[in-house]
Order: sequence, then structure tokens, then C-alpha cells
Amino acid sequence: MSNENFEPKIVGFMCNWCSYRAADLAGSARIKYPPNVRIIRVMCSGRMDPAFVTKALSLGADGVMLAGCHPGECHYIDQNYKAMRRYHLLKHMLAALGVEDERVRLFWRSAAEGEQLAEAITEFVADIKKLGPLHWPDNWEESDERLEALEAIVKEHEEVMEVNS
Amino acid sequence: MKYAFYPGCSMEVNAAAYDVSMRAVAKVLDMELAEIDDWNCCGATEYFSQDELTACSVVARNLAIAEGESNQLVASCAACYCNLAKVDKLMSEDAEMKQKINEALSAGQLKYKGGVRVRHLLDVICSDIGEEKIKEKVVRPLTGLRIAPYYGCQAVRPISIGDCTEYPMQMDHLFEWLGAEVVDYPVKAHCCGGHMPQISEEQAFELQRRLLQSAVDYDADMILCMCPMCQLNLDAYQPRVNGMFGTNFKMPILYFTQLVGIAFGLEPKAVGFGKELVAGLPVLKKKLEAVSA
Amino acid sequence: MAERVGVYICHCGSNIAGTVDVEEVARWAGENIKDVVVSKDYKFMCSSLGQAMIEEDIKKEKLTRVVVGACSPHLHEKTFRTACKNAGLNPYLFDMTNLREHVSWVCNDKEAGTAKAKALIAGSAERVKYQQPLEPSYVDVHPATLVVGGGITGLQAALELADAGHPVYLVERSPSVGGHMAQFDKTFPTLDCSACILTPKMSEAGQHENITMLTYSELEEVSGSVGKFKVKIRKKARYVVEKDCTGCGICMEKCPRKIVDEDFEAGLGYRKAIYTPFPQAVPRTPVIDVENCTYFQRGKCKVCSKVCPTNAIDYEQQDEIIEIDVGNIILATGWKLFDCKKVPQYGYGRLANVYTNMEFERLCNAAGPTGGKIVMRDGKTEPKSVAIIHCVGSRDVNHNAHCSAVCCMAALKFGHLILEKTNAEVYSFYIDMRTNQKQYEEFYQRLLEEGMHFVRGKVAEVTDAARNPDEQGKLIVQCEDTLLGKQRRIPVDMVVLMGAIEPQADAKELGLKCGISCSMAGWYTERHPKLDPVATMTEGVFVAGTCQGAKDIPACVAQGAAAAARVQGMITKGKVMIEPIVASINEEACSGCRICNNLCPYNAIEFDPVKETSHVISSMCKGCGTCVAACPAGVITGAHFNNQQIFAQIDGVLWDAKPAGGNGGAAAKAAEPEPVAS
Repeated sequence: MSNENFEPKIVGFMCNWCSYRAADLAGSARIKYPPNVRIIRVMCSGRMDPAFVTKALSLGADGVMLAGCHPGECHYIDQNYKAMRRYHLLKHMLAALGVEDERVRLFWRSAAEGEQLAEAITEFVADIKKLGPLHWPDNWEESDERLEALEAIVKEHEEVMEVNS
Repeated sequence: MKYAFYPGCSMEVNAAAYDVSMRAVAKVLDMELAEIDDWNCCGATEYFSQDELTACSVVARNLAIAEGESNQLVASCAACYCNLAKVDKLMSEDAEMKQKINEALSAGQLKYKGGVRVRHLLDVICSDIGEEKIKEKVVRPLTGLRIAPYYGCQAVRPISIGDCTEYPMQMDHLFEWLGAEVVDYPVKAHCCGGHMPQISEEQAFELQRRLLQSAVDYDADMILCMCPMCQLNLDAYQPRVNGMFGTNFKMPILYFTQLVGIAFGLEPKAVGFGKELVAGLPVLKKKLEAVSA
Repeated sequence: MAERVGVYICHCGSNIAGTVDVEEVARWAGENIKDVVVSKDYKFMCSSLGQAMIEEDIKKEKLTRVVVGACSPHLHEKTFRTACKNAGLNPYLFDMTNLREHVSWVCNDKEAGTAKAKALIAGSAERVKYQQPLEPSYVDVHPATLVVGGGITGLQAALELADAGHPVYLVERSPSVGGHMAQFDKTFPTLDCSACILTPKMSEAGQHENITMLTYSELEEVSGSVGKFKVKIRKKARYVVEKDCTGCGICMEKCPRKIVDEDFEAGLGYRKAIYTPFPQAVPRTPVIDVENCTYFQRGKCKVCSKVCPTNAIDYEQQDEIIEIDVGNIILATGWKLFDCKKVPQYGYGRLANVYTNMEFERLCNAAGPTGGKIVMRDGKTEPKSVAIIHCVGSRDVNHNAHCSAVCCMAALKFGHLILEKTNAEVYSFYIDMRTNQKQYEEFYQRLLEEGMHFVRGKVAEVTDAARNPDEQGKLIVQCEDTLLGKQRRIPVDMVVLMGAIEPQADAKELGLKCGISCSMAGWYTERHPKLDPVATMTEGVFVAGTCQGAKDIPACVAQGAAAAARVQGMITKGKVMIEPIVASINEEACSGCRICNNLCPYNAIEFDPVKETSHVISSMCKGCGTCVAACPAGVITGAHFNNQQIFAQIDGVLWDAKPAGGNGGAAAKAAEPEPVAS
């Protein structure tokens, strides 16, 4: 799938206090990194709704980068831990939907780590380039195979998904 | 614990005392040093300034052979350690050089991927075996013996064996564990002259004089080495140094493993005593009652 | 009715325009993004002319939404929000696109930069249409201020505020205020005595009616937010009742236990087990050092209690937790000295006559252990030659990259004092001489004239291994003199290492308590390095002095005063605006599952057992949005970051990623038959 001219489109969700600022710092330090990640600011990594990720992929993103404060350093005490929990559940779901593991990744970068954020972006973009385009929107055309797979997932998780009264 | 082992050229003859004592100590410590198959010379110090690519390829050949056997390659000689570590680092940092070297190695159906960690014997003993186990094995503490640990340059510069580059301490700690009085003398990481005696005796002997003088000033009974070149320089040229400067040095120069062996209760002969030119045994006997008894 | 969006692209001189084709981005946005009715570029959007242009357009073109593509919103979001407000548009109907820090400064080529800029602008333009007018709330600012750290910076800040009539809590970890400055002998370049200028400030603060001094105390916990912080302070047990103690000092005189004073005297002098760090300490109340007190260790002695004329000794005293309310916090927690043993080749701790800069300060100090006599460790011999080594632990990739800013001048000061008090030759080993403040260079020239020797080069080692009779018994400083291009060995009697100024070991921990971050090295991060050096990203928390970066006394005092001025502004205003970015629950649709309840670290979500629904107490909500993302029914809305807004932004930034015949949004306008109204 991969080709040399492929420029992936990546959405990056970054928390206002650490990672977005790390990106600001990378800018102030004039550190160059690939232009593929389009950053969207949220107040906290805890705000990152799994739906943001699936939405981005379904709109044609080839990868999604999530970034927040280091564990233990969250501006809102410990909300990044909640982001972490959610991230692992999301990865599980994405795997079931056939999205490669490398396409969605969570990073911890503090406001002081401009260089490290740029490195993470560089590395992430290179990995996505290797994978090639995702073409997710095209994949959502109705197909029996997919519907069956989805039903199987729903069945597998039926018990957990039931809301306790 | 099993390690791939690179003996280097000196161990068999020049540094036979190092070789025999190292093997004896390894046995006590349950370290398995498996000599790598069909190794070649590391190129020592001068070759790198002649032709870098050839020099590196010569060293890399050993790394490639070792890679098939273990992810850790132990060297007992500081120069061998330095060359192996240097080439390993170069190949991990310079992709172009790596490719060229591997091209050269391919002539012998070899390739070095970069999966070997180069170690020096001293670091393996101090870090992997560690204080607790070493203390357990001591049957003859070196109490009363004043030893001057000598590190030289190549084990700590440019790529340290895992110790402070400027003021290494590993051997100091090791001999504290063994009960010796460790002399904290300031020149322990200064140069022994290397191959300088062949080029300029005056310069080389001055370097050696400084080392010997400092050990004497600090009242050391003996200097312990971790490199065959250092040992040879300080031991073999001592009479010449005395001749040139009118000094009267009679400083035994031994390998650190020999004294580790003594502390572990091995007989002096079994750890190569008697092969040195400035006799070490009399000093040992004078200082350690347990040995003379 | 469709929104009318205005898009404004800033050149920022050549900062953005250099790597982004700003005219093209503006043109493209105007032609391709739905509902964009005005799209312009301008040299400096944040200038008054740029702002005026936006304001005029809002009125003239009846804009209902505004997007500015310029620098980071952390710099100018407020500026443009105000511009919108001035033109009668709710400031929350504005969005800022980061085209400088996130695009032009990190992109190499203009084509890629322009494409990225378009995507980000599209994201903002799509998002802004769904933004809603919000009204900020206001909280009263509590007039009291917490100042953490009683060094010169904290004292200055506390006094400024107290003199202006505002209550201040001054918290200091050690038993006395004064900080490092109290240890110094003279201050450069004027050479006035450090104690003479510091102690009046200490006692003024100690006696000030508006200052509550909490020494031997540490910050335990901070909760709340700007205007209404709640702070817990641990007041460690002194074992001396402050209100009864008169500070007569007889307990210290009679205490039989003498120990080496590692703190104030830097290990060169002694103190008792009951002590004040130095005679002019404020407060004068001593503390008992439990670790070394004979009574606490062996159960008998009690000499201090027997001799105390006011029965102020209380061996049963316990730590006390004090809770206070403050509106603002100033951190002035200072620095610690680099551990010079980490540079073993300089021999500190091994060679007796190698000193650190702090030791040498005490050695010079008339009130110090030698009464100001510069003598070697034997306590009597005056050195015939002294080497001062600069940059020990500073400007060194192995330790600290930064320049400690004060050592060059301190070294010159030491040089002057040695030349004045002894007949010694003084050698300074420097990398670069940095004397760039008022009267500093002049002081350097003065020392050149006074005969101090300067050797440019980094010292390789300090050794006692002599090579010839001249070096016998001396410390030899080996160095490459980079001006002569030669190796030099200079034998001296004494060596002074100018150890680096480092961040406090617990700086990060304290920063986390107050919600502010540190740089990688451990310095507190200011809001803007040039334009807002004492504010932090957390409203109501300010930093001043060396906790923010190495600096000299004048700079510390200036920052302390600056932080106080900022706080005074807040107090005078009386109210502080709180961003209306909070969560709210649509109770009609809430199923009462309570998943959100435990997610909130501020307990801002309350469950109503009667209605069986949850609701957000907005005054306690800080707007992180974690509950919003978690609500399985999707009935929690995060103001200004709601799903609709973020989905629209995702849609926008991916305008060029969608498969052919995408779903509207950006790039859809071109298909529209009607031209844009003008």
C-alpha cells in the first residue's frame, strides 16, 4: 500500500496545558517536523472522546495522534489517566474494526518537551507513511462481511455494554 | 551467567597472569566466558589513524561473530574494549559507514546488525555480579593491603565501561568490598604511555614516572591494572624509568583479577603470581599474614 | 440564517508570511469556505490597525463570527476577543488559528506550510460557526496573598503588598527568612555588605502588621482557583512556643550539643541542637533539631527547658496544619547549589583546600566561622595563591546547559576580597566573562587593574600529584589556556569552585501542587518569556526570582516587586473573570447512570437522589471536559468545546482528505452557484 509520495493526513488532539504548549515551544524553537499533523486543541486529554478519533478516521484521516500531560502531571489532577483508560478500550475497538494498531497513538508530552513532541510527530508520520493510506471512508460502503463482523463484536461485548440499572 | 568473550592478542603470552587469574575468578563467580570462534586482532591503537574503514571492518568482524553467540561481548583488555565499543557506536550512529563495513564483512559472509553490548570484565564483575555476591566469596580479606587501582585511559575514554569518565571508581569499590585499603591517588585515569616507549622513551617514561611516583606518594603497596598494555609498561620499564630519573621504584604491578583471586582464597600461583617482573609475592606475604601462613 | 464569517490571516512580518503564502490562504478561504464573507490578510493583525480593521468589518459587514489566523492563542486570543467585544460581538464567537508556532515556524517549505495553514483555517472556520455566545463569570478576589519563600525575592514581594495595605502570608521552609542572601558577605558590584541591606528588610517584614510570617513551615496543599485559593500549610514543630519566646538566646548558649552547621555555615561552622540559623534571624525564636537533640535522642538533658526564663520550651509540640484563604499565590522558592562532587576531577570533598562558592562566602563573611579571615582548612594558614574555577556544573552538557548568570560577578567579587584581605595571587579560570549588567563590566575592569589573573579555558583537573618541586604540596590546576593556545599547570594553595545555581530539588512537586509546570531543567515556566515574565499559565499563581531561572539580586528584587504589582492589580480590581468553559448536564435527558460522578476530581458533579439525575455545580467545574467525553447518553455539554464544535473542526481540518463528493463543509462553497455577497 505504501508509496513514496504518500503524504498522510493526521489529526492531532492535544491538551491545552501540556502538549499544545509543547507544540508552541517547538515552534518558538524553530524545530522542523513534517507538516502532516493538524492540531486540534482540547482543554484536557480527558476530553478526548473516542468518537473524535473514529470521526477523524471516517472523514479520511490516515492516523490520529492524541497527546496530553505526563501521568501525574495533569492540569486537572488525574484526568489523563482517564484518557489512558479510554484509549486502551478504543484501541481494542479499532483493532476489531481492522484499523492497524499504529494508526492511533497516545503520547505524553509536557509543556517543556517541544523537541520531544516534534520527535513524536516525526516518528508518527513516518510510521503512518509506512502503512500507507487508510481509505476508511471508502470502506464503509455496505458489505455483508463487515456487517457480520460488527454484529459479532456487539455479541461478544453484549454483557458489558448493558447498562446496569 | 554466560558471556561471549574476546580475549585479544595479549592474553595468551604477555598477559598470561591476567588470563589465568581471570579464568580462576570467573569460575568462583559462576561466570561463563565463552571465547568467540576465530576472532582476530582489534587493531590496537595505531591502526585507526592509518585507514579507518579497514580498521573498523577488522573490529566489526569480531562483533559480527559475537552477534551470533550472545548479546554481550566481554573484553578483558582496555584497548580491545575501546575499539570494539567505538566501532559498535560508530555503526549505530553512521548508517553510511555501517553499510560500507557490512559490505566489507560480506566477503566473509558476515554482517553486523548492531545487537551486541560491549563490556569490560571489570564492569561485568562490579555491576552484574555485584557487591553482595562478591563479599560472599571472600575467604581471605585483603585487610592491610594498600592497593592503587589504575584505570588508564581507554577503559573510560571516550566510551566509559560504565564508570565516571573523569574519576572512575569501580575498581576502588571492588577492592573496598574485598577489604583492601584503597588508595585514592589522583592519577588513576592518566595515561601509561601506550606505545610511546617505541617512539619516544623520554616522553613515555615521564608519564610512567608520574604514575609510579603518585602511587609511592600515597603509600601504595601495589598498582592494579585492568589492561595488559598498562601492566606491561609500568612493570617492564620500571628499571629503565629508575635509570632515567634516578628513582628507586619497586612497585609491583599486577592485574586486578589476581588480587580478587587472592581474596577468594586462591593460591598465588594459581592466579599467575611470579609472572610479573617486579615481584609481587613478597609484598603480599609481608602484608597479608594469611598468605604467608 | 447562515452565519457571516470573517477570516483574517496575519503575516506577522515575515514570521508567518515567510513560509505560508498568506495572500493565497486568505483568497482560498474567501472563495472556498462556506459562509465566509470576508477574508483578508494583514501585516500585523495584533496591531491597533489590524484590530481596528476587524472591528470595522464586524460592524460594516455584520460579521457574526471571526477567525484570526496568527500566532498561538496563548499569546493573542485575549487581544482579539477584546476586539470582537469592542465591536459588539460576543468574544466567544471568535476562534484563533495557530499559523505561526504550529505552521510557519515548523515547516521548511512554503507549499506544505500553505496547505497546512489552509487546513487549520478551514477547521477554525467550520468550528466557529457552531460556537455560542458565552458570558464569563466573576469571582471576588480574596485580598490576602500567599508568598512562598522568604529569600530576598519573597521578602520584596511581601513588603510591597503589605505596604500597599494588603494582608500577606509569608511561608518559609527554614527557621528564618533571609534565604541565600543572608549567607553572603558582600554584594557585587557595589560591595555593600549583604546583611546590612538585607536584615532591615527581614525585620521590617517580621514586624509588619500586614505580614503573617510562617517560618519552619511548608506548603502542604492548594485547592480552589484564582481569587479563592484554599491553602494548607504545615507548620513544623519548633518545640519552642513562639508567643512565649523572647529570643534571648540563653537556650542556644547553654545547649551542650554542638553540631556542624551544614546549611547556613555550609559545613564550615557549628551550631547548637537548639538554634536559629544566624544571630539576626527573623523570627528570633529558635527551633530544636530533633535528630541531634540529646533529649530527643536519649531521653535526658532538658537543659534548654531548665534555662528558659519564660518556659517557652515545649517538647510535646506537634506539627500544625494551618488553613488559609488567599486570592493569589507568589512562588519565590529560590535555588540550590550544584553538588560539586559531581565533577570529581576538581577534587571537591577529596582535596581539603577545594571550596565551593557558598563555603567561600562564609569564609569571607565577617560573621562567618573564621570571622572573615581567608584561611585554609587548617584554620590558620593564609593562602598564597587562590584559583577560582568558573562554570562548575553550569554550561556543561553533563550537568546543566544553562549559565548561572551570577558566578562571573561573584568570582570577581571573591577576587577583590582575596586581594584586599591577603597577599595572595588570584587566578580566574573562565570560559567567557559575562558581565552584562549595570556597572558590572566596570567592576571587571577594576579587577583587571587590581591584578587578578584571568586564564581563559575550561579546567581539566585539580590535582595534588606534583610533577616538579615547585608543585610539591600545592594544588595544581591543569587547564588549556585558549588565548595562549597552551596547556598550563598553575600551582595554588586554595581552589574555589563556582558551583551552578540549580532549581530546588522539589520544584516540580511544589509546582504541581499549585498547577504550574517546570522546564525540563526544573525552572518554573512563565506565561511569556519576554512579555509576561512573572505570571504563569495558571491564573492567580505568579513566580519570581531564581525559581524561574538563575538571576542576580537586582533582578530578583525587580521580579518580586513585579509579581506584587500584578497581585495588587488583581486585588484592586476586586473581581477576576472566570472563563465560562464549564460542563453542563441536560437533566431532562440524564438517565442518572452516575458514570460521570466519580470522574470529576473536583467533586463538581452532584447527584440528586430525588430527581435521580446528576448536575454540574458550575462554580466548582474547571472545564476539563472528561465527563463530557464519558457520558454514555451524550447529554453533558462542554461549553466552547462541545461535540458539534469539535466535529466541525475535524471536518474542516480534513477538508482535503475526504473522498470525492464529500459531505459539504469546507470546499463546498465553490459548488454554490451564487457569488459571495459583498
